[in-house]
Amino acid sequence: MGMPGVLPVLNEQTVEYGVKAGIAMNCKIASYSRFARKNYFYPDSPKGYQISQFEEPLCENGYITIGSDSGSKKIGITRIHLEEDAGKSMHEPNRPESKVDLNRAGVPLLEIVSEPDLRSPEESYEYLVKLKQILRYLDISDCNMEEGSLRCDANISIRELGEEKFGTKTELKNMNSFRGVEKALHAEIKRQKETLESGGKIVQATNLWDENSGEIRQMRAKEGSDDYRYFPEPDIVPFTVDEAYVKIIKENLPELPEKRNARFVSEYELKNEHALVLTASRGVAEYFEELATLTGDPKNSANWVMGNINRVLNEKEKPIGEFAIPPVRLAELIKSVSDGGISISAAKSVFDEMLTDESSVESIIEKLGLKQVSDSSEIDKIVQGVIDSNPEEAERYKSGEGKLKGWFVGQIMKASHGKANPQIANESLDRLLNIDS
Amino acid sequence: MSISSADVDKIAKLAKLDLSEDEREKFSSQLSDIVSYMEKLNRLDTKDVEPLAHVNDLMNVSREDKSRPSMEKEDVFKNSPQNDNEFFLVPKVLKT
Repeated sequence: MGMPGVLPVLNEQTVEYGVKAGIAMNCKIASYSRFARKNYFYPDSPKGYQISQFEEPLCENGYITIGSDSGSKKIGITRIHLEEDAGKSMHEPNRPESKVDLNRAGVPLLEIVSEPDLRSPEESYEYLVKLKQILRYLDISDCNMEEGSLRCDANISIRELGEEKFGTKTELKNMNSFRGVEKALHAEIKRQKETLESGGKIVQATNLWDENSGEIRQMRAKEGSDDYRYFPEPDIVPFTVDEAYVKIIKENLPELPEKRNARFVSEYELKNEHALVLTASRGVAEYFEELATLTGDPKNSANWVMGNINRVLNEKEKPIGEFAIPPVRLAELIKSVSDGGISISAAKSVFDEMLTDESSVESIIEKLGLKQVSDSSEIDKIVQGVIDSNPEEAERYKSGEGKLKGWFVGQIMKASHGKANPQIANESLDRLLNIDS
Repeated sequence: MSISSADVDKIAKLAKLDLSEDEREKFSSQLSDIVSYMEKLNRLDTKDVEPLAHVNDLMNVSREDKSRPSMEKEDVFKNSPQNDNEFFLVPKVLKT
């Protein structure tokens, strides 16, 4: 911020984060790196410059892969560098002044610059999702655009089909969600097309996306390229990153999504599309693995995570970290089903109850009265009752109308409030009607 | 090398300075003198000299990622010409 008497010092953690991100994005990590001053006047930076990196950034020449196996594409990462954040300025309409919040001024920031490899708003969206996934796996940022922990400026140009040279680009700012980036790019492409088709020229400019109106507003025209007059930052000395340090970080890097996905397919014999869902976030992947280990049943565990758990997380818009049921409790519930203690439909009710009730699985089953009835004499009674009240269907089933079996089981489940053990109910039905099954 | 009046204009614009015609002429000659003087350095043979990034010989000065108590809000705003107790208020920088 440029407070009198205050000098900046490099925060070690940011170097570690930068190196981590660089390795994960296949970059070359610079052994020697330094900072530069980027000079500009704007109220979000009272000292009149931003400490950034210009020559010799921390990471260069990497890539990340978007898309699936069938249509994957490498998106080049030009560089990842360290810099300080500026303040935040807000411009409300109908007010004579702008508001400035300097709380985040001077806070470390990683800037990731990609190559002009993205060819559509959809690809850009996919790229952002991938970027977020990697950064969250690495625990570098929660990447929440609404809260500003990830921000995105998008440069965009259009060109005629077959033309090799890029057209004049404009920069888009002020998007506050990934979908917002996608929408803003669509709107800007449309605007550029219309300008060119009506004989106009694209002016290199920074434009603001207005989420509410879905419109692009011109913020400032850039006369030529910005003149930031970079020079070596005198207040922070250069720093080195030695091979041993990079090696340690490399060795401690968590398993990244692509690798984990491949392992889930081979180790747990999951379908690729299921593995993709399970590895979407590190938290979900870790939850699944713990559950699969506890139950010894990866397929069933996968179904629980992709089904009931994802449903609850989506409904509540919560991350897995805030999910109420730890794997060890869910494993208990899954075991109750495989042991024949409760039916699958009853398990779903128990699951919903477990979201708010922390008592044991057993006592919840008891409380809800969902204990599966496996006692054959008791089931016989229920089955006989169903046969007695549906004599016609019983006759038809007996005379060979096999498809009625499902209907009968349904009636039995209904009569038992879902508690009858289906297998025993099946046997009972056939036995009571003297059918050889 | 001489610094033209147009160069002075550009520098003034980047520095957000309003210059009078007199000042522009004055700075044009002064800046030209400074640049010419610095050009003497070009006479040195620096073929075998490593570019210098920093005048200190120090490297790798860093600190732990630890937060410390910061200034109270009242103190932060004490010297601001205008604020609304939440934000600094500055003349509008963007037309909306």
